[in-house]
Amino acid sequence: MKLRRLAEWLSPYSTIIILAVPMLILTAITDLFAGSLLVRIVTVMFVSMIIVLGMQVFMGNSGILAWAHVGFMGIGAYAASLCSMTPQMKAIAVPKAYPFLLNLHLPFWPSILVGTAVAALAAAVIIYPLMRLSDAAAAITSFALLIIINSVLVHWDRVTNGPRTLFGVEEYTTLGTSVLCAILVLILAYFFKESSLGLRLRASREDYYAASAMGINITLVRYLSFVLSAAIAGFGGGLWAHYITSFTPAAFYMLETFNVLAMLVVGGPFGISGAVIGTVLVTIAREGMRAVENEINLNRFLPFDVVGLTEVFLATALIVILILKPQGIFGSRELRWKPKGVADEANKPAVDSALGE
Amino acid sequence: MITFEFLISAISLGSLYALLALGLVIIYGILKMVNFAYGELIMIGGYVLYLVGSNTNLPWLIVAVAAVLGAMAVSYLTELVAFRRVREKSLTALLITSFAVSTLLQNGALLIISPRAKAIALPKVFSTSVTLFGITTPMRSILTIAVSIALLVGLTLLFRYTILGIALRAAADNFRMTRMLGVPANLVISSAFVLSGAIAGVVSLFWIGRTASVTPTIGLGPLLIAFVATVIGGMRSLVGAVVGGFVYGMIFIFIGVLLPQTLLDYREAFMFLIVILILLLRPEGLVRVKYAQERVG
Repeated sequence: MKLRRLAEWLSPYSTIIILAVPMLILTAITDLFAGSLLVRIVTVMFVSMIIVLGMQVFMGNSGILAWAHVGFMGIGAYAASLCSMTPQMKAIAVPKAYPFLLNLHLPFWPSILVGTAVAALAAAVIIYPLMRLSDAAAAITSFALLIIINSVLVHWDRVTNGPRTLFGVEEYTTLGTSVLCAILVLILAYFFKESSLGLRLRASREDYYAASAMGINITLVRYLSFVLSAAIAGFGGGLWAHYITSFTPAAFYMLETFNVLAMLVVGGPFGISGAVIGTVLVTIAREGMRAVENEINLNRFLPFDVVGLTEVFLATALIVILILKPQGIFGSRELRWKPKGVADEANKPAVDSALGE
Repeated sequence: MITFEFLISAISLGSLYALLALGLVIIYGILKMVNFAYGELIMIGGYVLYLVGSNTNLPWLIVAVAAVLGAMAVSYLTELVAFRRVREKSLTALLITSFAVSTLLQNGALLIISPRAKAIALPKVFSTSVTLFGITTPMRSILTIAVSIALLVGLTLLFRYTILGIALRAAADNFRMTRMLGVPANLVISSAFVLSGAIAGVVSLFWIGRTASVTPTIGLGPLLIAFVATVIGGMRSLVGAVVGGFVYGMIFIFIGVLLPQTLLDYREAFMFLIVILILLLRPEGLVRVKYAQERVG
């Protein structure tokens, strides 16, 4: 009886609990039993999950395709790394750096926060005009934005060391940090979706004209949500940088975009559950294929090196899933339990009229 | 007389970009889908040039025709295998499918051919220069202008006077109505993809003519140009695409002259700024259409 009361009391948070508890268990098992390769895969998975959830905040709730998030992840990664690196290291890694950048030296968490803030600020400055666009025009411009961010990262060698590798970032992010941050972002994304702002954004997704007729300033709502989601991407980027420790601007480009987009779309972009489970599924598929690819190359099964097999497989799988389930595995449903006698309002399948179907 | 030389390069670039944008908009007009795999069609053209050119002794013109046919065939196949099945579902699904097709083709080339750039033998015409009115211009620019204009005229005639062209334009205006009037949907969409592939194939000849090599990622540059050109010109009309392509080419050349050397690396970023300005002032692009409607499945 007591248990039922507890379940009832917790039911508004059931999605978070259903998703977060297995994540913690997975972390514990990985930490206790797994080898270093698996620890690496799981850590990177949780960091990717942050980026995917960041994308979900905007893309899932607004119904607008967002390509640029990996770019904001890159901005966060570079900004955070430049704060946390020691001046000596920076002098070697970014030889042409501005003097004020060289002298900057912050601990890990403040650096991550700076990365988050810089990504949010960059989004806040440039994104407003794009928020007026919908559908294809929005997709095109945010895709162009990704390319522009990459172009700036590649050419601004006084900050990023140009197309060359930025090395010497210290490894601060651990398995524990990544899982806790992922859960934090999970909670944030969940409450955003249920918040007034999230509700208004979802209303604009379902019916643009009805929503604006009800007095929702759609451009503003989209704008605020985008800045939040870019901040999450920047946060994830900072964590990523402090785990990978050396990277180039190419890390924040098409391949990674394809990767996170696949994660979001496979699970279903309209809910938190879809984003989380999609990340796990794509990680499993990708790492499995990568192992096969490595095996082929190591044992010389073929007379040439196999490159790109993983992506070919993932792209094919993505197309098949989109043909069979265009809304992803979860669609707009969330994993949850409901208290007895209460109609499950929130879990009614949304009519995604703006998105067809 | 720097201005004349300047004009030739601007027109040559502009007409190439106009073609690029047109190939994208032909599909967009009907399906309201931005084809992210469009750039890969140019890559396919390049690899056909490489494969046929280096394995046979055929004259270059026949190799070029093979490249165009190759791009057409792949464009048709992408529609048949992937887009046709997602088409009726949702726009987001369609866009992501096209991105997946793009990734698939790119990594397929990586896997089957090579990540390294492959050199392509080009006829002499591409590297010679001619002197016109006292100005030395690369023959390539003249050729680009001639072929682009010829193709644009040909396409205009096709759109205006043939049944297929009229059906395509009608479908771009109101696809549902067109179907009601007895035009088979699959046929119209397939021909749009074939036509788009043909344009991409022709563009690939000139695009690759500039570098004489092909890599798996070569499609990204032209794709971005086509995107920006269509946004500038207006996504809904074929004329808008052509105008947008020319305007983009002009702006690009102008920026190259006006921008100081140190900022030249950021040329793309400046292009994007201009796009944002245009979107702020004229969100529907330079060319407005009288008739516009929301997407139907």
